[in-house]
Amino acid sequence: MLKIENLHAGVDGTDILKGLNLEVKSGEVHAIMGPNGSGKSTLGHVLAGRPGYNVTAGSATLLGQNLLEMETENRARLGLFLAFQYPVEIPGVSNMEFLKAAVDAQREHRGEPPIDAVTFMKKARETCKIVDLDPAFLKRGVNEGFSGGEKKRNELMQMILLEPRLAILDETDSGLDIDALQVVARGVNAMRSENRAFVMVTHYQRLLDYIEPDHVHVLADGRIVRSGDKSLALELEARGYAWLEEEVA
Amino acid sequence: MSDFMQQALDSAAASSPPWLQDWQRAGRQRWNASPLPGRKTEHWKYSSLQSLQQSFARAEPGDVELAAAGIDLPDFDGPRLVFINGYYSPLQSACELPEGVSIVRFADADEEQSRRIRAHLGLATGRDEPLFTALNDAALAEGVFLEFAPGARLSQPVHVVWVSANQAQAFSINQRLLVLCGESSSASVIEHFAGGIGGQRSFTNGVTELLLQAGATLCHYRLQLEQEAALHIGRVQARLATNATLNSFHLALGSELKRVDLVVDFCGEGGHCEVNGVYLPRGREHIDYHTCIEHRVPNCTSSETFRGIVGDDATAVFNGRIHIHRDAQKTRAELNNRNLLTSTRAEVNTKPELEIYADDVQCAHGATVAQLDEQALHYLRSRGVSRTEGEVMLSFGFINEVIESVRSAALRDYLQPMLASRFARDPALVGQAS
Ligand SMILES: Nc1ncnc2c1ncn2[C@@H]1O[C@H](COP(=O)(O)OP(=O)(O)OP(=O)(O)O)[C@@H](O)[C@H]1O
Ligand SMILES: [Mg+2]
Repeated sequence: MLKIENLHAGVDGTDILKGLNLEVKSGEVHAIMGPNGSGKSTLGHVLAGRPGYNVTAGSATLLGQNLLEMETENRARLGLFLAFQYPVEIPGVSNMEFLKAAVDAQREHRGEPPIDAVTFMKKARETCKIVDLDPAFLKRGVNEGFSGGEKKRNELMQMILLEPRLAILDETDSGLDIDALQVVARGVNAMRSENRAFVMVTHYQRLLDYIEPDHVHVLADGRIVRSGDKSLALELEARGYAWLEEEVA
Repeated sequence: MSDFMQQALDSAAASSPPWLQDWQRAGRQRWNASPLPGRKTEHWKYSSLQSLQQSFARAEPGDVELAAAGIDLPDFDGPRLVFINGYYSPLQSACELPEGVSIVRFADADEEQSRRIRAHLGLATGRDEPLFTALNDAALAEGVFLEFAPGARLSQPVHVVWVSANQAQAFSINQRLLVLCGESSSASVIEHFAGGIGGQRSFTNGVTELLLQAGATLCHYRLQLEQEAALHIGRVQARLATNATLNSFHLALGSELKRVDLVVDFCGEGGHCEVNGVYLPRGREHIDYHTCIEHRVPNCTSSETFRGIVGDDATAVFNGRIHIHRDAQKTRAELNNRNLLTSTRAEVNTKPELEIYADDVQCAHGATVAQLDEQALHYLRSRGVSRTEGEVMLSFGFINEVIESVRSAALRDYLQPMLASRFARDPALVGQAS
């Protein structure tokens, strides 16, 4: 599904990703762990096409298509979803209007007509329930004044409504209380399927107790330096990253 | 003085009630004695009165189907007064008045009412009144006196609709609204200007006086939604007694010339006013807002936000004056103006004007030309929304933040879809990310 080879990328001429390789197959769940500043969010941003990030070498394909040459919106329509580590606040644009525009954009891409407002309203309210967010949040500005945890739930809500093929969750578990963590886990687990894959960036083994990954990777200094199964996460939890860096160096 | 208003003034004088005639004469004298402000007059520097240099006949009564003209507020069943070309239209009006409100047209006032009107008329505009207010006095025939009794609490706004309907010759309308809010009353008034689509020019000179007695709260919405052919010079003059609160909202779609002056006068301590406004000129339109908050007394607060989107060859002017007098200690005043220019030819002249003579005050101001937020646009696009649609959403969001300050749900529900659909079809309203 997702294939990244020798990816080099950075901001303003500084290299952040330095030859990253990763393959994610349909139906799989991957976890990416790694020290602060190692490039985990950068990977997500580069795949989503955030302005300011330049790819200097390598390739990334999703479902066989070259992601790096596509407009951001076309990557999303192809099925890529990035849950932002720091979701953007957009005052003045109602969450409801935003969610509907996103869903309609995907429908249009599939040649379907826009969803009618009443049906969508119902669907959005149901999704609110799944992510345990008061429907009043639909009327507020996008992420405007949302708490850290509320923003993460809002990201999750978008993921559920958009039904992506590949979802990258960048620290969607950070800053969540234990109940919210289970909400995230339930949301992801309910969506796990043969046709869909997940990449979860996390600092905590805890999340992986609820969402069992098929593969765990360690990203350090812009590269995947270690891959393994879920026991790798336990090892990291117990020993930290220092040993790794020595090993890599 | 140029006599482009001559015909209209003669005709107004002939039809006005006797108790207004000395008032009219005084206004006319003043109007005749003073020249029109030109570009050298500081407060008219950016607004040309060229388009007034033609003869305007007095308006004739007209007819407009409100729903078809998009003037109806959906789900609104409060009191409504409709004036077409300045003439009261009883058939379109709905004057079932809730308790505590009285509405009198100047033309219908009995002796007692006319005394009451004369006792309050001009209190807010003051002695040294501006030229166009003098013109308004001179032509005063169809004014409205709206009074909220002390302690009255209204749940619904009063909807006052001023429509300009096309007629064979260019025409002028002088319209006056006098609002008196009794002690501790709480009410809302929507002044809704509409029409002016195609055809002959019209020139509306609208003066609104708001008198808030102690502890009164008033939400005043002034919607300048007339288009293209409708020239408008308007003035809202508010006077706030002790502990009064004014929420003042302004929205202007453009025409060749739209100029609105808002003056808020704090005359008693503990007053508060919040002023919010949006202007959206495009094409060759011109919109000019001059606001002035007079902090004369201590312990009052004012907070003002205006946002504008200026497209094509349009121009906008925003001049926000805050005048903190020597005695007005403990004043808190804020002023913010942001603009989005959607074409390289569009222009905005924005100027905060602070005059502060008291020392113990907090005053913050800012005026900027903004761009759409690139990160916000990326966020929308990362969900599949196209760049174009994302820019429409963010541009609408830019002004919708101000529209959200409208407290009347009926009005919000009218404005939001109406504006959103404009943004969806008019690229001149849509900005770009940096
Ligand atoms: N827009 C940017 N401008 C400048 N430096 C950047 C930018 N984005 C990322 N960086 C730098 O690139 C490095 C990697 O950042 P990134 O956000 O990818 O780390 P991360 O692995 O997600 O860290 P964390 O675990 O703290 O979220 C950091 O040193 C960061 O400061
Ligand atoms: Mg990160």
